[in-house]
Amino acid sequence: MSEITPTTPLTLPPVAKGERLLLRQVRDLVASPEAAIGLAVLITLVAIALLAPLIAPQNPYDLMQLDIMDNMLPPGSALGNGATAWLGTDDQGRDMLSTIMYGMRVSLGVGIASVLIASVIGALIGVLSAYIGGRFDALIMRIVDLQLSFPSILIALVLLTVFGRGLDKVVLSLVFVQWAYYARTVRASALVEKNKDYIAAARCLEMPQWRILVRHMLPNCIPPLIVVSTVQVAHAITLESTLSYLGVGVPVTQPSLGMLIATGYSFLLSGNYWISTYPGIALVLIVVSINLVGDRLRAVLNPRFTH
Amino acid sequence: MIAYLIRRLGQSVLVLFTMAVLVFFAVFALGSPVDMLASPDADQAERAALAVRFGLDKSLPVQFATFIGNALHGDLGASFVYGKSALAVIGERLPATIELAVLALVFSVLIGVPLGVIAGLRPNSIAGRAIMSTSIFGFSLPNFWIGLMLILFFAVYLGWLPAGGRGPTTNVLGMELSIFSVEGWRHLILPALTLALYKASLVVRLCEAGTREIITQEYIRFARAKGLSRFRIIRLHLLKNMMIPVVTILGMEFGAMIAFTVVIETVFAYPGMGKLLIESINRLDRPVVVAYLMVTTVIFVVINLIVDFLYVALDPRVRLSGPNE
Repeated sequence: MSEITPTTPLTLPPVAKGERLLLRQVRDLVASPEAAIGLAVLITLVAIALLAPLIAPQNPYDLMQLDIMDNMLPPGSALGNGATAWLGTDDQGRDMLSTIMYGMRVSLGVGIASVLIASVIGALIGVLSAYIGGRFDALIMRIVDLQLSFPSILIALVLLTVFGRGLDKVVLSLVFVQWAYYARTVRASALVEKNKDYIAAARCLEMPQWRILVRHMLPNCIPPLIVVSTVQVAHAITLESTLSYLGVGVPVTQPSLGMLIATGYSFLLSGNYWISTYPGIALVLIVVSINLVGDRLRAVLNPRFTH
Repeated sequence: MIAYLIRRLGQSVLVLFTMAVLVFFAVFALGSPVDMLASPDADQAERAALAVRFGLDKSLPVQFATFIGNALHGDLGASFVYGKSALAVIGERLPATIELAVLALVFSVLIGVPLGVIAGLRPNSIAGRAIMSTSIFGFSLPNFWIGLMLILFFAVYLGWLPAGGRGPTTNVLGMELSIFSVEGWRHLILPALTLALYKASLVVRLCEAGTREIITQEYIRFARAKGLSRFRIIRLHLLKNMMIPVVTILGMEFGAMIAFTVVIETVFAYPGMGKLLIESINRLDRPVVVAYLMVTTVIFVVINLIVDFLYVALDPRVRLSGPNE
């Protein structure tokens, strides 16, 4: 293998003068209509989630703004104060549209936070494992294999029953079930980087080990990490909503989309479909748009990607 | 080969032991079951008597040693709630879960393979593109929500199917199964479809990739040149070669499917062991939680072993020497 691989790695074609690499990657990304739509939807949803306190018709957790007489109104009904509840209201008289906007904050926040923490931890462990090698590497990879052989839903379920409820605990257990993916991904690319000339050069210069690891090896392992992380955000959000649905996830005071769906479950059989349906649609939009972007990102960040 | 078998078995035993340790200490932190079992006005003496009865007064290491010793005899403790062996409680619910998971597996193959082959044979047709984009949805959609929507449509809106529960069962070889009655099928079909959806999308993607690769091979061209009918080429040459990775992946995913019945059974109020797990967690019925986790671990380990051995048997190119292979 090493005889035929040129010492110059297969990289992106040279960048034309005055053209930023990042800019071109963004352009490649939106060249696919699916990814462009996905990105547009995703940006809109994130913006709505961030701006929820400013743009939501009401604050569903401010008791002063709720009127119990408005409870269980079907979509499009007029509220007691004259406003229209386009997506209906729940059993407490909360406007579903506002509840969903606030729920997206929790779902996206938990998903993104857990992926950020897990990818940092996983990347460090992966790069260290590849760099040290030997017994340490074998041990880490055994742990990774063991963990990945169990379904994440089961591990997260057990962890949460041990930790108890809470946003921080949900993030913690999501970090725990995810780090192994990143460790494995980063280790694979770090093993390739480790034998390249620039690492040998850095060693010859007697740079400190941590500097070689963090400043030289790690940045070159980032592209595959980005692809895995993007898709994992979707996975984390789905997992969180499932856990919250099962009643072991986020606390009742900060409901995520999953918990909203769970609340609506008890009203579903009597035909009050909107409490479960609309939060679910929001969840699907988030997850599908992330996956569409992730799918395309995989192609764009691949060095052998052809125009 | 024998050495490989022995080493692989040894690994499995190690995994089981690790899981036993982790599960025991994790579940121990669940909280004191005495608080829940004793009536609110029980005095200290009654509480102590309860603790002694369930062995909760001993130190942790002693409890652990007893647990391991008993586990080796197939005794994982008695359920606090049902008052009988935790394994027996799980055993009663196991057939329902296995039935659901196997049916879902069959569905995912029956749905996934034909669609994947069509998409692979005609990658640029409208049907092919539609199948592939739909499979992204199958991956992305949260399963429990799909279940709810199916209930809403088929049970609440159309009223064709029951919203949950399990149909009447027939005793077959000591197992209570419900696939032998129409009513049983009516209860099974929605949960099994929901559970199958994710795997079906996976199978579609595998088969699409497999078909596209195989269709360019020399032996397919040769078969065409011989004048074999299209159907015969697909059946004999394509499917046979494509199924090896599909079978391997499905084998490994079967364990994940059993774990996911926790969610599906809760959605459809289906009385399997997944729903039992959630109930037991809420009731702090520690022995049942431990027994559930140990039983599923055994199932995973056994499935992984079978898949590994099958893989070696099917594909002689798999290296047996490396410790990580």
